Amino acid sequence: MRHVVSVLVQDNPGVLQRIAGLIARRGFNIESLAVGRTHQEGLSRLSLVVTGDDSVLEQVEKQLNRLIEVIKVTDHSEPHVERELALVKVHVAGLEERMELKDIAEAFRARIVDVAKKSIIFEQTGNSQKVEDFINALRPYGLLEVMRTGAVALSRGEQVLKVREKKAV
Amino acid sequence: MNGAAAILKALEKQGVDLIFGHPGGTIMPTYDALYDSPIRHILVRHEQGGIHAATAYARASGRVGVCMATSGPGALNLVTGLQDALMDSTPVVAITGNVAQSLIGTDAFQEADVVGITQPVTKHNFQVHHVNDIPRVLAEAFYIASTGRPGPVLVDFPKDVQQAAFSGSFEVEVDLPGYKPTYKGHPRQLERALEALEKAQKPILMVGGGAQNAADEIIAFAERTGIPVIPTLMGLGAFPGTHPLFLGMPGMHGSVAANRAIQHADTILGIGMRFDDRVTGKVSKFAPNAHTIIHVDIDPAEIGKLVRTAIPVVGDARWVAGELAKEAKKLEIKGWWKQIDEWRTKHPFAWKPKPYLQSQEVIQAFWEATQGRAVVTSGVGQHQMFTAQFFKFDRPRSWINSGGLGTMGVGLPFAIGAALARPGETVIDFDGDGSFQMTLQELATVKKHNLPIKIVLLNNGFLGMVRQWQDLFHARRYSEVYLADSNPDFAKLAEAYGIRGITLTDKAKLAETVKEVLAHDGPVLLEARVHHEEGVFPMIPTGGAAEDMIIENPREAVGAGD
Repeated sequence: MRHVVSVLVQDNPGVLQRIAGLIARRGFNIESLAVGRTHQEGLSRLSLVVTGDDSVLEQVEKQLNRLIEVIKVTDHSEPHVERELALVKVHVAGLEERMELKDIAEAFRARIVDVAKKSIIFEQTGNSQKVEDFINALRPYGLLEVMRTGAVALSRGEQVLKVREKKAV
Repeated sequence: MNGAAAILKALEKQGVDLIFGHPGGTIMPTYDALYDSPIRHILVRHEQGGIHAATAYARASGRVGVCMATSGPGALNLVTGLQDALMDSTPVVAITGNVAQSLIGTDAFQEADVVGITQPVTKHNFQVHHVNDIPRVLAEAFYIASTGRPGPVLVDFPKDVQQAAFSGSFEVEVDLPGYKPTYKGHPRQLERALEALEKAQKPILMVGGGAQNAADEIIAFAERTGIPVIPTLMGLGAFPGTHPLFLGMPGMHGSVAANRAIQHADTILGIGMRFDDRVTGKVSKFAPNAHTIIHVDIDPAEIGKLVRTAIPVVGDARWVAGELAKEAKKLEIKGWWKQIDEWRTKHPFAWKPKPYLQSQEVIQAFWEATQGRAVVTSGVGQHQMFTAQFFKFDRPRSWINSGGLGTMGVGLPFAIGAALARPGETVIDFDGDGSFQMTLQELATVKKHNLPIKIVLLNNGFLGMVRQWQDLFHARRYSEVYLADSNPDFAKLAEAYGIRGITLTDKAKLAETVKEVLAHDGPVLLEARVHHEEGVFPMIPTGGAAEDMIIENPREAVGAGD
């Protein structure tokens, strides 16, 4: 089963290494990992796509929570928005292929961001499955390069990941 | 004041009065500052000895142990000790020097990526980049090491940070938004735990290293309920070994009563223990009749990690055991006790008397002579298991061994840390000839500080535990386990360090020798020459279940032996 997990972290040097190291060390299977700064100074946010049953997911969450710099972990089992961005460079053999590729891109709502004599770069945004389908649709024409960001996600509605208030122990 | 002086001042603020360490190039500014500091420094002869001593100091005292090393090779020599402290949840702060920041990443002399290398073997680690951060980072390091599930924290100081002028403040606040350990168990889960215990027909209580701080509460709870108590290897001492409710440790070399009780129990309350594979054996066959496992641990990640847990209680062992002790009722489990007593009577830990000297009787003799009033350490191997079986630990923090990592060589440095943590108490290191030779350079440390440690070296001339496995599982192909042809004369070795050395071969002289060792004012090494054929039993082979327990040495059962 596929789970999207969001992690709010202090963006200290080495925090990504800690997370990547933990995942490797504990033998968790991850499909993708995306990371970026948030609107709050000192905080970064990661999205992990993890495959495994519920007990694996539980361990992923608990082990991540053990890291001192991890502030909050959530599994997006609730309604959420998930997006991934891909840049896909595909071979263009001739005019006929160019027209077909444009049709495919339109069907998938992909944008053309670079055109050259024998190649096109498409930009595609969507959930990971849609990105996957788009790449597969282009495959017969000859994929030259594919760069995917990995999925990023936010919960729908007012639910947010935030620093917990200090609580007495 | 420079950064180095600030490090020592900040350590003082954390209550540190003792550091185990070894100097070297990049930590020299801090050693220079140490020259004027009231903090006592114990010079070890290898950094591994320093961190093991700091670990034992922490376990024997309940305080944070501190060790110090230089960059590169010095810091890397801490790695084994850090993992050892991590696996046995011990609060240690390791201070390391590093090359100046301008040199980091250039493959400079004695440079290693210590922060990267020690990430997986620490609870957390830091590299300090600005001199004025020193007090805050050290405060955070001590807070992280000593709270929640304790563990080792490494703080790395580039040389230029130690040399820079300090203009910061020592009045610092720890603010770690991602680190808020839970001490108080959830009231609803505690209620559920009590309900489950009341309904139980065959309950047991298992306590681990996490309960070393909760001995009074554990005893109160156990006595109030009358529940059978099974301390794990790390839990020995958290519940008295001479108590009538004590069943002995569980697991690979545990007692028959403990393992059978686990196998038949319907309800298991585990406090501050983690269902390690040496305890459970094959986990799918562990406690097959236990419909309810109640697991109390301060680390939520331990709960449900290995065994199915019906009632999770995230909290501090002491707090939770105290609450349970207040509310629990006397359990009506006479039939269960009758069954357990049968197992206990039929299969106590025992050995067959032989004409030659045996490890078990040496340990037993020291227990009798001290009545358990000692802090005991060991290396790793047969002698460790014999000690766990035959020395009855009645007090917490009195048994210091390497449980999780199984680090050979810890016995002597552990004894050094224990002797400094508990001055005036008898400290005994039951060691093996294999283990002892991994860190024996620390005899110099013992001599230098005249630590009155009693080293009882059970010399069987072999790597005994490996040999035992070869005996049982590798068709007696004794590959690379023979030491006797090249072992030193250990008593002479001790004498070479200026430490009293005694050799015991004659079984008849055991009692008087034990007396002599204990009466000696100062350190002493007793080499007890024991027979190599002895095995540690009972034994559950790796991957086996309680039903696969080998109760007696099969070689003896068939009259075999070579």
